Amino acid sequence: MKMLSYKFRVFVVVICACVFSQGAVAAETLSIVKKRGHMQCGVSQGLPGFSNPDDKGNWVGMDVDICRAVAAAVFGDDTKVKFTPLSAKERFTALQSGEVDMLARNTTWSMHRDTALGVDFTGVNYYDGQGFMVRKELGITNSLELDGASLCTNLGTTTELNAADYFRTNNMEYEIVAFEKADEAVAAYNTGRCDAYTTDQSALYAQRLKLTEPGAHIVLPQIISKEPLGPVVRQGDNQWGDIVRWSHFAMVNAEELGVTSKNVDTMKTNKNPAIRRLLGVDGTFGTNMGISNDWAYNIIRTVGNYAETFERNVGKSTPLGIARGVNALWTQGGLQYAPPVR
Amino acid sequence: MIDKSIIQRWRARVGQRDVLAQIAVAVALFLAVYWLIDNVVSNLERQNVASGFGFFNERAGFGINQTLINYSEDSSYGRVLMVGLLNTLLVSVIGIALASLLGFFIGIGRLSQNWLINRLALVYIEIFRNVPLLLQIMFWYFGVLRNLPSPRNSFTAGDVVFFNNRGLILPAIEAGPGAIWYGLALLAGIAAVFWFKRRAKQARFVAGEILPVWRPVALVLVVALMMAFLLAGVPFSLEIPVLRGFNFRGGISVIPEFVALVLALSLYTASFIAEIVRAGIQSVDKGQREAAAALGLSNTQALNLVLVPQALRVIIPPLTSQYLNLTKNSSLAVAIAYPDIVSVFAGTTLTQVGQAVEIILVTMLIYLSLSLLTSFIMNWYNARVALAGGSHG
Ligand SMILES: N[C@@H](CCC(=O)N[C@@H](CS)C(=O)NCC(=O)O)C(=O)O
Repeated sequence: MKMLSYKFRVFVVVICACVFSQGAVAAETLSIVKKRGHMQCGVSQGLPGFSNPDDKGNWVGMDVDICRAVAAAVFGDDTKVKFTPLSAKERFTALQSGEVDMLARNTTWSMHRDTALGVDFTGVNYYDGQGFMVRKELGITNSLELDGASLCTNLGTTTELNAADYFRTNNMEYEIVAFEKADEAVAAYNTGRCDAYTTDQSALYAQRLKLTEPGAHIVLPQIISKEPLGPVVRQGDNQWGDIVRWSHFAMVNAEELGVTSKNVDTMKTNKNPAIRRLLGVDGTFGTNMGISNDWAYNIIRTVGNYAETFERNVGKSTPLGIARGVNALWTQGGLQYAPPVR
Repeated sequence: MIDKSIIQRWRARVGQRDVLAQIAVAVALFLAVYWLIDNVVSNLERQNVASGFGFFNERAGFGINQTLINYSEDSSYGRVLMVGLLNTLLVSVIGIALASLLGFFIGIGRLSQNWLINRLALVYIEIFRNVPLLLQIMFWYFGVLRNLPSPRNSFTAGDVVFFNNRGLILPAIEAGPGAIWYGLALLAGIAAVFWFKRRAKQARFVAGEILPVWRPVALVLVVALMMAFLLAGVPFSLEIPVLRGFNFRGGISVIPEFVALVLALSLYTASFIAEIVRAGIQSVDKGQREAAAALGLSNTQALNLVLVPQALRVIIPPLTSQYLNLTKNSSLAVAIAYPDIVSVFAGTTLTQVGQAVEIILVTMLIYLSLSLLTSFIMNWYNARVALAGGSHG
C-alpha cells in the first residue's frame, strides 16, 4: 500500500506541476530555494558510501556531500539541505515535478536521460562501471562464466539494460529478477534466489556489507559498462545548473590546488592566484552565479575537497575500501578533471 | 396573484432549466479537461520532456523472466505492456479462483457445529485479515525462499518435477499431431456434463427423480479417451528439465515470485470472502433450513439446493469488490520482483522512457477497465442468480 500511495503522490505532483505551473522552469530554482530556506536533494534509499543514514539518522556519503556542498555555496551553511530518499524508479519523476531541486543519487549519465527526460547532468562525481557479485563457493572468476545465471538487480536502472546487452552479445542465457527496492534485491540474493547480484561496482562493495556473511562473496573484476555517476538538475534552469556543476568542480580544483577543510582559512592569504580566485579573494565568480563570492570557501570549509569526501566515504579506510583508481585526479593518471576557475 | 403565476411558470420551466444547466455543466467540464490537457502538454514541451505515445513502438531492450507470450529484448514497449498485463491477469485470475474456493470453505466452516472447525476458521480469518498484505507477501516470499534448496540440491518428485529457490520446475508436455483426438475426447466429456445435467434436471422437475450425473459423465470420458488412444496412441512427449550450469534448462518453470504472490493474495482475500459467505448464509431465513430439513434433505443437500442459492444474492455484490481488491492489490508485486504491469510498464518502462504522465495514465486506464470488466461480469451473474431465485420463489 505504501508504494501505491507513493506512486499516487508522485503522480499527483506531476499532474499538478504540469497542469498548474506556467513554465516554472526558467531561472527560478535558486530564488525558490533561497525563499524556502533549504535545498531539497534527492538521494538513494540507502547506499553506504554514497547516500545512507548513519546510526544517528544523519545522511552521509559522497552524493550527500554534493548536496551539502550546494547548500554551502547557496547559504554558506552545509546543513541547509533536506534529503528525499528515492527509488531508482521514482528519481526522474521527482526531479521533473519539482519535488526535489536536484538529484545526487548514483545516477548514470546517459544520452537518453540527458536528452529526452527534461533533465541535465552537471558532471561526474564518481566514474563507475557495472559489475557482478557472486558467492565464492561457485568458484567463478570471470563474468563470462555466468551463462544461465539468475541475476538480482534494481528496477528502472541502466543495470537492467546493460545486463541484457552483455548476455546477448556473449550468447549467454540469463534470468533477470528486478526489484523496486535495493534492500529487497540484496535480501533475495542473500537467500540464494539469484546466482549473481549486479549493479554499479561501487554499489556492489557497498551492498556486500549488508549480507549476512560478506566474506563469502566476491566482486568479479570484470566491468561490463560505463557508469559515470553525477548530479542531475532540471533542464532549462542554467543558473541553477551552473551552481551545482561548479560546486563539484570547486571540490576537484581544491584538491588539485592542495586546499583542504583544514587549511582553507590560511589558504585565503595564499599568493597563488588560482587559489585566490577559487576562494573568492579575487574576482566575482560567486556573484556571477547569483550567490556570494565565498561560495567555494564555504564548500571546502564545511564539506572538504574531493579527496576528503572520497576518502571519508568510500576510500581505503572505510568499510568499502575502494581505491581512487579512475577517480584519481587527471594529474595522477585518473579522470577527475575540473575546468579552471578563471 | 402575480407571485403565484410566476411560481407556476417557473415550475413549468424546471424541465427546460434542468436541461440547460446540464449542458452548461458539461461544457464547463469539457473546457476544464481541455485546458488541463493542453496545459500538461505545453508544460511538458517547455520542460523538454518527450511526450506522446511514439515510444510504444521502440525497442525495449530489457529482459523479463515470466512471459506468457513471445517476448525478447528486441520486442517493443507495447509488447512489454502486453506481457505485464497478462502477468497481472494470471495472478488475478488464479488468485481469485483460489481465494473463492478457500474463502467459501472457511466461511462455511465458521458456521459449523463442530467446535474445532469453527474456531480454526475464526483464527484463520482474524490472522489473515489483520496482517497488512505487503507484510504477508514479504513473508511468503522471503520466508519460503529462505527454506528452499539451491538448484543442485532441489527437492524432486521422481526426477521430473523439481522445486528449489529458482521456483517450481515442471516437465513440459509436447503434443504431436494426434493430440487432436484427445482434445475431442475432452470436448465429448464436457458435452456429456451438460447433457446429463439437463437430463437430471428435467427428471427432477417432471418426476421428482434424482438421476446420477457424474458417473455417466466419467463413463463417457473414459470411453472417449480409450478411443483416442486406439486412434492416436500416445502423441505426447515430456520435455524433462535437466540441471545444466546454474539452473535447470527445458521444462516449464514457475517462478517463486509468482507462487508467493498468488499465495499471499489468495490467503488474504479468502479471509474477507469467508466473512462474506458466512454473512450471506446467515442472512437466509432460519425457516428455510428447517423447511429443507422437514422435506428430508440432508445437510449437504440443504446447503447446495436451498441455502447457497439464496445466499448468493447477498454474497455476490461484496464478493465483486473483493475481486476488484485482489486485482488491484496484485500491483504490490513490484515489491518482490514479480513482473506485473506495474513492475515492467509503470516501472522499468517508465524509467527507461521517462514519460510518467502517459505511462501512469495508460496504467490507470487498464486497471479501470479491468475493474469495470470484473464488475460487469459479476453484475451479469448476479442478475442471473437473482432472476433464477425469483422464478422459483
Ligand atoms: N547507476 C545506475 C544504477 C543506480 C541504482 O539505482 N542502483 C541501485 C542498486 S545499488 C541503488 O542505488 N539502490 C539504492 C536504493 O534503492 O535506494 C543508474 O543510474 O541507473
